Amino acid sequence: MCGIIGVIDKTRSRMDGSKIKAALSLMNERGSGDGAGYAAYGIYPDYADCYALHVFFDNMAEPKTKVEEILHYWGTVVHQEEIPTFEQPGLKRVHTPWRYFFKPFDDMIGGKVGSEKDIIKHIVMEVNSSIDGALVFSSGKNMGVFKASGWPEDVANFYRIEDYEGYIWLAHNRYPTNSPGWWGGAHPFNLLDWSVVHNGEITSYGTNQRYVEGYGYKCTLLTDTEVVAYLFDLLGRQHELHTETVVKALAPPFWDEIDRMPPAKEGLYRTIRMTYGSALMNGPFAIVVASNEGIVGFTDRIKLRPLVVGENGDMLYISSEESAIRVIDPEVKNIRTPRAGEPIIGRFNA
Amino acid sequence: MSLGSIPPKYKVSIDRDQCMDCGRCIENCSYGTFRRDGDKILIQSRKCTACLRCVSMCPRDAISLTENPVDYRSHPLWTRDAREDIIKQARSGKIILAGMGNASNLPSIFDRLLLDACQVTNPSIDPLREPMELRTYIGKKPSKLEFKKTEAGDVELATKLSPNLKLETPIMIGHMSYGAISLNAHLSMAKAAKETGTFMGTGEGGLHRELYPYQGNMIVQVASGRFGVNVDYLERGAAIEIKIGQGAKPGIGGHLPGEKVSAEVSRTRMIPLGSDAISPAPHHDIYSIEDLVQLVRSLKEATEWKKPVFVKIAAVHNVAAIAAGIARSSADAVVIDGSRGGTGAAPKVFRDHVGIPIEGAIASVDQKLREQGTRNEVSIIASGGMRNSADLAKSIALGADAIYIGTAALISMGCRVCGNCYRGLCPWGIATQRQDLVDRLDPEQGARQVSNLIHAWTLELSELMGAAGINSIESMRGNRDRLRGYMLDEGILEVLDVKNAGA
Repeated sequence: MCGIIGVIDKTRSRMDGSKIKAALSLMNERGSGDGAGYAAYGIYPDYADCYALHVFFDNMAEPKTKVEEILHYWGTVVHQEEIPTFEQPGLKRVHTPWRYFFKPFDDMIGGKVGSEKDIIKHIVMEVNSSIDGALVFSSGKNMGVFKASGWPEDVANFYRIEDYEGYIWLAHNRYPTNSPGWWGGAHPFNLLDWSVVHNGEITSYGTNQRYVEGYGYKCTLLTDTEVVAYLFDLLGRQHELHTETVVKALAPPFWDEIDRMPPAKEGLYRTIRMTYGSALMNGPFAIVVASNEGIVGFTDRIKLRPLVVGENGDMLYISSEESAIRVIDPEVKNIRTPRAGEPIIGRFNA
Repeated sequence: MSLGSIPPKYKVSIDRDQCMDCGRCIENCSYGTFRRDGDKILIQSRKCTACLRCVSMCPRDAISLTENPVDYRSHPLWTRDAREDIIKQARSGKIILAGMGNASNLPSIFDRLLLDACQVTNPSIDPLREPMELRTYIGKKPSKLEFKKTEAGDVELATKLSPNLKLETPIMIGHMSYGAISLNAHLSMAKAAKETGTFMGTGEGGLHRELYPYQGNMIVQVASGRFGVNVDYLERGAAIEIKIGQGAKPGIGGHLPGEKVSAEVSRTRMIPLGSDAISPAPHHDIYSIEDLVQLVRSLKEATEWKKPVFVKIAAVHNVAAIAAGIARSSADAVVIDGSRGGTGAAPKVFRDHVGIPIEGAIASVDQKLREQGTRNEVSIIASGGMRNSADLAKSIALGADAIYIGTAALISMGCRVCGNCYRGLCPWGIATQRQDLVDRLDPEQGARQVSNLIHAWTLELSELMGAAGINSIESMRGNRDRLRGYMLDEGILEVLDVKNAGA
């Protein structure tokens, strides 16, 4: 099941996390108390040019030393601190959330590592696949993911989510099915600027996983959603495709529809499907993906999971349920349910 | 010292109470098992091949057949086959020939792989109510898309696609040559390929003019004997396939006996009437991978880069590295023929002992191509002993784009897998050039049966995919997460990259 929310303020005005918490908690029917999480963009203006690496440490000894060995090899830690947390009766602390504000060395770029972001991707894959007791769960600039096992209110209060102000928020209320309820398995999933909240189960996971692993991504989080973040990073960042094109690769129209398109359009859609067949996501899902450019929500090709959209001026809301949107903004307008596979895109005003 | 005769393989008997003495068994048996003596039908069991033509045609079900009516002293090592092969070779001093696919007793890996289905957490999809997409493109795909800005400022696609074959179902019919099989068998399959929106291979026997109406669904083959090859032939095909090797007999060539080279076969193959058609073991212009690259390019040049070129290899130990080399050429697809692949005739020792099963070959080729970032450069067509839609689904889940069927198509036309194809006396009109036998196979009827088979497997594949919550074949391809191994050892599971049942 699971409940999801995505909100963007297109003017980049920042809002605190209190309404998101209230909205997510409204959808507790969709969760099981085994995981919840929030992603917020625009929260670290003082370190806007650093990559904010959020890490779960099992203990502060060996895993932390090992992570820092890798970080010091690739760049400079500008600042680090424990992420402030506040004990909640309903939430059992199993990790210590930590954050590094990190800048890669320019001169480490070269060969297979073509950019700063490749360095960050490499560090995340390296830590998550090889260091026991450390997990990088957020690695973008001026953004951060806050998640744990528990109910949405408890997770929000644990991190005091209302203390953060962002212009994009994603939130997720989890009912784990095909993977264990652990902190790393809670949503949002993140790599670099990409964050994903997902309701559903990706039946094409094996195909998608084999595809991204061919490009150096390592699926280590025991859950299917992780692969969506990597698909967006591969197609959106590395292949430089527009968001609309990425969505058309991940949830393409049926061949029958493509066959009926005018020739130029038919050629485009056929080429997308033929090129990115292994990236096609099957099975029931509703997804919202955020980046520093905006948010995009879409469902599977036959819409086996709910997705509702609402607008109010410069605000765009995407959620599993209309009621959750109304909690954030009782004045919301243009409530509608998008068609299967239709991308709902919210970008910042120019 | 005389070796005497080996015991007959089969014993045929007629229930004389049931028999109405119609003589159809005599007419139908091209091996001469039955003959009339006055008012009695006599049986010579030693001539029987268990093709079951007589059994199928007997209006009274009066004929019965038993295998191995005479027992040897049982022995676990000195099996019947082992002893009889030695007796035959002691007598002849020659290589033992055998037909059809691998007959050794090794377990099938496919049978120990299990498919998945949805329950509760994700809904299965009903193919009767929802679209189910099996369309498959065979050929090179770009690894990423490029866009460019036009002068008007619009963004348009810069990536150009290579020619691909469009299949409505991932089942193709593999290469069996005219000569090895009859014109009516070819016609049946060609009509079926056209009707079901798929393709069939010509084999190394040229393209008979009666098949020209179906040339849009034919893949023309260029093998080491180059029989039937000229530029007209290349241009007629929808795609061209270079045959390097074959799963039933990796590393050796082919031999069509002169008896099968009739006037039509001679014209189509462009060889003298009645002469043996011998395909050498290697292509005499391919002694390394770069020679293959040149042949691929030459064929493309000859056809103005309009047709996909496939390369077919037998699944041998190093198949992944060989396929990776082929992916670096201009080839558009690699066909892997597993060790259970069929043949008209192969030395028995090759058929049963050389090469590896297709399951491991698909897994290792797909893995290697992905590691090298060349998986989009070539499609993978898997073949060799595909018996049903489960083998098909499992092949695709392991990483194949499509499969070739061979023996299954023959069985759908009547073949009973007796394995005597090389004798040219096929009573079903399939593996023969004798006109009275060929006439037994009606191309219309044959086409209906072959296309029924393809339809049936396609339907079953749709149901299997729907049950797994997948509505597009792309999401089945390489989806090893939806396979589990049962009673497979750890080593094989590692090669297949498949988890154990329950894991």
